[in-house]
Amino acid sequence: MQPGSYVVLAAILFTIGAVGVLIRRNAIVLFMCIELMLNAANLALVTFSRINGNLDGQIMAFFVMVVAAAEVVIGLAIIMSIFRSRRSASVDDANLLKY
Amino acid sequence: MHALELPGTSTSALLRAAAGTSTVTGFQATFWLLIAIPLASAAILLLLGRRADRWGHLLGCASVGIAFVLGVVYFVQLAGLPESARAVQISLFDFINVGSFQVNFGLRFDPLSGVFVLLITGVGFLIHLYAVGYMAHDERRRTFFGYFNLFVAAMLLLVLGSNYVLLYFGWEGVGLASYLLISFRYTRPAAATAGKKAFIMNRVGDAGFAIAIFLMFANLHTVSFDGVFANATKLSSGTALAICLLLLLGACGKSGQFPLQAWLPDAMEGPTPVSALIHAATMVTAGVYLIARSNPIFDTSATADAIVAGIGALTLLIGCVIGCAKDDIKRVLAWSTVSQIGYMFLGVGLGGAAYALAIIHLLAHGFFKAGLFLGAGSVMHAMNDQTDIRRFGALWKFMRITWATFGIAWLAIIGLPPFSGFFSKDPIIVAAFDRPGWQGWALGSAALAGAALTAFYMTRLFVLTFHGPKRWTEGQHPHESPPSMTIPLVLLALGSLGAGALMATPVKNWLDPTVFGLPASTEITSVTAHLSETWVTVASLALTVLAALLAWLLFRRGTALTEQPAGPIVTAARKNLYGDTVNEVVLERPGKYLTRALVYFDNKGVDGLVNGLAAAVGGGSGRLRRAQTGFVRTYALSMLGGALLVAVAFLVVRLG
Repeated sequence: MQPGSYVVLAAILFTIGAVGVLIRRNAIVLFMCIELMLNAANLALVTFSRINGNLDGQIMAFFVMVVAAAEVVIGLAIIMSIFRSRRSASVDDANLLKY
Repeated sequence: MHALELPGTSTSALLRAAAGTSTVTGFQATFWLLIAIPLASAAILLLLGRRADRWGHLLGCASVGIAFVLGVVYFVQLAGLPESARAVQISLFDFINVGSFQVNFGLRFDPLSGVFVLLITGVGFLIHLYAVGYMAHDERRRTFFGYFNLFVAAMLLLVLGSNYVLLYFGWEGVGLASYLLISFRYTRPAAATAGKKAFIMNRVGDAGFAIAIFLMFANLHTVSFDGVFANATKLSSGTALAICLLLLLGACGKSGQFPLQAWLPDAMEGPTPVSALIHAATMVTAGVYLIARSNPIFDTSATADAIVAGIGALTLLIGCVIGCAKDDIKRVLAWSTVSQIGYMFLGVGLGGAAYALAIIHLLAHGFFKAGLFLGAGSVMHAMNDQTDIRRFGALWKFMRITWATFGIAWLAIIGLPPFSGFFSKDPIIVAAFDRPGWQGWALGSAALAGAALTAFYMTRLFVLTFHGPKRWTEGQHPHESPPSMTIPLVLLALGSLGAGALMATPVKNWLDPTVFGLPASTEITSVTAHLSETWVTVASLALTVLAALLAWLLFRRGTALTEQPAGPIVTAARKNLYGDTVNEVVLERPGKYLTRALVYFDNKGVDGLVNGLAAAVGGGSGRLRRAQTGFVRTYALSMLGGALLVAVAFLVVRLG
């Protein structure tokens, strides 16, 4: 397979994730879409690492995974506490922090 | 010695220069005590507060007395020096040391400052003595003596400083003391206002003086007397004229000369000893000292000299004319002071040997005017603080000592021989006629007319106060003043008698060679002049006697007790020749309008701009904050949009 195909796949995954973030209301789904975008980025990094023949991209991908894991922990905790107080996981309901 | 050195020179240069000026050791080390003793006394009196109430006045007198004794000792020592060495300088410490601007706290004792020291401490001591009795019933007598000593210290610094900055320091010091003492009875609105008026009008002059010092430093890089005078000829004529005129402005402010004369008569709101010491004998002559001291600069500019003489002649006429129309004993004397200082300005403006004449007139004036003021104080003391001469009369029977001493001072000021005024004023009139061209006629005639007018109003004052019928208000029991007041009167009267003898002594030549750079033999000669010396003397004596006789005939039977309607000239003179009106119309009202306009501009213009800007920012952000919706997905969309924008921009730059 051509490395270019992986890049295209990464772009498609990223787009799916971005559109998902924009159109879905459920916080959990939103979260999964963010993970999708992160992993699309990881895929792109690994691919470029392969194309260029050095390890920088792969190392970067590991960092992204670590950060994503940490983010999931915190994010899920926040979603849990919001859900407990409001009985809803819709992000549009949590709109108190505004003008 | 240069109290202010050029960049690069050092203290050793100061020491070398000092060694070159003075030849006798032991003299120069200690004359700073002259200033330190009254200053220490002032500090004690003002800082100790009520604890010093019982003995404060004694300390005040003693400090000035000691200063006088020291002054005599130094003066005698100075006289013992050879003529060329009669300028002893000491430098105490660095006063200001900023970059190339270095001012040394240096003092200079030379013939000119010497005679001033004697005048200030001698007459000052007598007036201190007088004030002990005069202020006996005042509960703030100790404060009064504290201010008085502060004045003496500042005045001594003024005449002893060896550079213009110290002169200015003393100048401001006497201004402060004058302000404090004019408004000494600050609960009276008139006294408080008069103090402020004096202070503000003096600021006008002081600003001129300060700018003159700036100009000196900018052009000559020094402000020491020696440095400035040695290089005075290097100044361009325009700069020299500017410095002279600015110095003259300062001198006019301090000495109550036209156009800044209006504060001096109002300063009579202060207690009488203050009027005698500060506003007659010493402080107001500081302007004459300044011009006499700066004579090397004034000598470079004939125009400046002519302006000084012109201002002197104009002011002496103004003072005389107003003096004729006043009915308040202290106001008459105040306008007479303005007029006599006009004579001194005329003298210093004539230049040459007339510098010394002006200084001698200043000394003689110090005696007889102090005597007149203290005599007036004695009369007021006897008449329950009445100052209206229309309400006096026949007092000679009740206060013989005051009458006799006042009489001597009166004869001295109108210039009858053998009293001092004749010997000091007459030569100035002669010197005025000596000036070539129309200036000689103008200045001489003004001085002559002034002499006649002086004789008229002083005789009027004397006759109305001491002779003629009683015109007292009810309940008056005049009595002679206590000895602490009459003894100074007697001594000052003796001084008024004897000061004329100064002209017979070498005092004129004493001032000439070291101070004014003239050969010792310089004499006033009237060969070129319009009128010979004899004729001028005869004319001035005849006018004086005639004017005095006229006044005696007019006023020996007393005068109306209330103000009578009068012609335009007398009305104008009663209103100080509209000096205050002019100040009000020309300066005060435009100033008020200007401040009002500025306030309006500030409120509407400056504040409007700032407030408008704030309102615009506030309103704009109020609209902008609506973008903060609280919907997470909106933010995500804007982030995505932004990221896309960046990516597109990258692509355009890279590929385009």
